[in-house]
Amino acid sequence: MKFLCIECDRQMAFAERELPGDGTLAAVFACPACGRSVAMLTNPMETQLVSSLGVQIGGRSVPEQPFELTRSALASGREDAFAEAPSTPAPAGRPVWDEAARERLGRVPSFVRGMVQRIYADYAAERRIAVITTEIMDQARRELGLEGM
Amino acid sequence: MSDETATPQPARARRVRSYAEVAGDDRSNLPGQVKAQHERVAARLASVRHVVAVVSGKGGVGKSLVSAGIATALARAGREVGLLDADLHGPTAARMLGVRAAGLVVGEHEVEPKRSAEGVRVMSSDLLLAEGAPLAWREPGHDGFVWRGTLAAGMLREFLGDVAWGSLDLLLVDMPPGSERLDTLAGLVPGLRGVVVVTIPSEASYRAVKRAVEAARAGAIPILGVVENMAGYRCADCRSHGPLFEGDAGDRLVRETGAPLLARVPFDPAVQASVDAGDASRAAEALAPAAEALARGLERAESRAEARP
Repeated sequence: MKFLCIECDRQMAFAERELPGDGTLAAVFACPACGRSVAMLTNPMETQLVSSLGVQIGGRSVPEQPFELTRSALASGREDAFAEAPSTPAPAGRPVWDEAARERLGRVPSFVRGMVQRIYADYAAERRIAVITTEIMDQARRELGLEGM
Repeated sequence: MSDETATPQPARARRVRSYAEVAGDDRSNLPGQVKAQHERVAARLASVRHVVAVVSGKGGVGKSLVSAGIATALARAGREVGLLDADLHGPTAARMLGVRAAGLVVGEHEVEPKRSAEGVRVMSSDLLLAEGAPLAWREPGHDGFVWRGTLAAGMLREFLGDVAWGSLDLLLVDMPPGSERLDTLAGLVPGLRGVVVVTIPSEASYRAVKRAVEAARAGAIPILGVVENMAGYRCADCRSHGPLFEGDAGDRLVRETGAPLLARVPFDPAVQASVDAGDASRAAEALAPAAEALARGLERAESRAEARP
């Protein structure tokens, strides 16, 4: 899939992605020459088709997690499928979670919680964010397209 | 007419470059992402000497019992063996090996497989699914048939590529009935060594399994051997043998494929009862000759391949 700016005859570049939370997706592409932007809007079925492949429009923003597709897509997972990471202090260089963020994380189904925790931690570590707050979680969710996480 | 529905008129006739004429990709690089998935599988399986699928064309022929028995027999013989249960909708292999506890440990790049009492490394959707729950996906509430196969293929890919299989002599893949998933597996594992075909003696089984054999042939996947399961009945009390099914499916498949008959295994209620209870030791005893024949065949094939200039 490519988007071409007909006026400039230049391939448009991916700019941003949004997941409103209703199963739809918006991906913005911009012409590097004239700056015109277009938004590709997909319905839930089209969004699902792409996500079923385990790929992300706009490219991967964090490293692929083990069983990422299975954990994010399986609806009938057992609660004790994955062992929770022991609650040890964060190693040096890793962000810590404030109480509200930890509480919100606790509401994520356990089947996928460990993976979600790791994605947020990677996001914060890459940006040298020391404390993960609910605001940081919202920011990461928007930027990474973590619908439902 | 609103702005949203007005049909724009072309400003002027122009030729728009085709997909192939536009060099490069945007940041999405979807082909690159798919390629990376394949590379992840290849890297994981680089330490696995042989990947072999266990197939039948039909359910109920005892394919998972044969898989569990062969895997356990080889592990007992000192080989490093993994068993991937690719029957995602009807997983049974893990329980046959006595692996029931969940709590899979997730590392930074991989998921640790469970180990059976005999040391077989196991991954199965049974370890992920809620008790008694079917395989169900988070998805829009309609038209699921469009992508469910893709999701299942993705799950199989992750079982291959994300599990810490380690160094294995053999990774057995217990396939679901039918031949559809064999294409998927072959696409994910270019070095797939071949298939073991499981049948029962009946004509109906022959016909169904024959289709799986033809699917393997169409994909240039070698037939490594045939196991005829339920070849007669062994009395649990007096241990005498008696007929169970009419037919000679095993012999016919051997004749037609040129593959060896790895074993002819009678139905033994004691073996079935023990695997149902999570003890594959009796199945391992019953399948030990088949396991050794398979291992020797793989070693011969490997030697031949290495001897080629």
